[in-house]
Amino acid sequence: MSLIPEKIRKDFPIFRNNPDLIYLDNAATTQKPDSVVRSIVNYYENFYSNVHRGVYRISEEATSMYESARKNVSDFIGSGDPSNIVYTRNTTESINLLSYTIGRKLKKGDRILLTEMEHHSNIIPWYFLKEAGIKIDFAKVKEDFTLDYEDFASKLSPETKIASFTHVSNVLGTINDVRELTSMCHENSTIAVVDAAQSVPHMKVDVGKIDCDFLAFSGHKMLGPSGIGVLYGKEDLLTEMRPFLGGGEMIREVDYTNATWNDIPWKFEAGTQNVEGAIGLSSAMDYLKSLGMENVMDHERRLIKHLFARANEIDNLISFGPLDLEKRAAVFSFNIGDVISYSLVEAAIKKNIKISNSIHPHDVAAFMDHKNIAVRSGHHCAMPLMGHLGVAATARASPYIYNTISELDLFMDSIRDCSMEMKR
Amino acid sequence: MTDENSAEFILDHYKNPRNHGVIQNPSSSITEMNPLCGDTVHFTVLIENGIMKDIKFIGQGCSISQASASILSEYVLNKNISDIKNMTETDFLGLIGMDLGPNREKCALLSLNALKKILDSY
Repeated sequence: MSLIPEKIRKDFPIFRNNPDLIYLDNAATTQKPDSVVRSIVNYYENFYSNVHRGVYRISEEATSMYESARKNVSDFIGSGDPSNIVYTRNTTESINLLSYTIGRKLKKGDRILLTEMEHHSNIIPWYFLKEAGIKIDFAKVKEDFTLDYEDFASKLSPETKIASFTHVSNVLGTINDVRELTSMCHENSTIAVVDAAQSVPHMKVDVGKIDCDFLAFSGHKMLGPSGIGVLYGKEDLLTEMRPFLGGGEMIREVDYTNATWNDIPWKFEAGTQNVEGAIGLSSAMDYLKSLGMENVMDHERRLIKHLFARANEIDNLISFGPLDLEKRAAVFSFNIGDVISYSLVEAAIKKNIKISNSIHPHDVAAFMDHKNIAVRSGHHCAMPLMGHLGVAATARASPYIYNTISELDLFMDSIRDCSMEMKR
Repeated sequence: MTDENSAEFILDHYKNPRNHGVIQNPSSSITEMNPLCGDTVHFTVLIENGIMKDIKFIGQGCSISQASASILSEYVLNKNISDIKNMTETDFLGLIGMDLGPNREKCALLSLNALKKILDSY
């Protein structure tokens, strides 16, 4: 059954309050439906209390909401057991948790394999380990914007203890075959970590099928509140890991000399938790389930296909990402003209090469803002990838369940107008 | 200057940048980048007897960042270094004329900050 975005929009207060807003920055964060807002308000108004501690009624209710939300998360990604689901603040914190735990167990000379299309959040936590003598490798991105699987395989060395890769690129929209990558990792006894920030909101993700060791995502990119994220981990790995932050529910027993840790997942949940976040996330998952993740993906495919068709009409429009719809999520990074990186500008000037006309993505985004269209511009927290593409920055449109074909037409018209305006 | 006039003024500097290029034997040079958006400017300056005798820039970035570099270069040429050092952010934003909003003011101020760093040692 196909989604009807015109109907979906009615569930979102922001579109009722801003009927003309064309919101196309969903890879950054998504809007929230009434049901999510209501679930949070319900907790504040009727059950607000701390979880796990109180023996009184509302605390028990709140604990039950918090833990049933975990069960919902577990079912949503097919984890099989809620104790494999650790609440974090977001994808970034989930990966930092891993760097601090499994990363710290690595020894000098061990290696970590990433890819050239990673977000800074899946680079920097691993860079922290360089001071301990850990080496970081990057698997290449090919000309067609897909991952070079052969290069990935060749960089899985005997020293590669962890590989961490994105499921969907936040810049290119490339969908990586994370099942295949995981299996390559396991043949090499390498721990496989999946950054699923851009996939879980948009497609059916089943950790059982992928068989990855860890998978991280954020609530706010999938209709949920900000400040709640998830780290899925396999039970044996989570059990043997050291804790991350200390204090609160993560403790079993403390005396003046020692302490022991709680069972998983609570071992990783120190301090008072973001209970409203977990409740809101669970409600967001209910909303997405009611639409059906297959339908969500079909809708986004229809949108990206439409963008591809319209993109051909505009000269000078350069877009980045695979054209094969099977390998492409609804992320559309583009430039009007060739927005080359500063180092290329410098080289061209030295050699007296004339630089062709282009419109900087900030100017594109500012132009679109005047038409009430929200798109992102900049390096999208992927500076190494920008360097690889040879661009200074790009503009990016990332539609979601509430975006319509006619909104995308207005967006494309505005690229065309922007291009004409600047030629003047 | 009305907003429309200042928009034309910025666009003119963006499309026809003044003092664009690199000085071969400069007194000093600097490359400054805004890490948030990647906008970059590279200034080379020739300073003689406390005077900005020559200044050139190259860069990559949005219209505001590159036009601002051009406007600044034109303004400081042949001025006393001490006067340039006394120039405030407000003075410079006044030269640009348009109300930019907090995010894009940073684009405009990239050049001024770069130039001030060069002049610190003078």
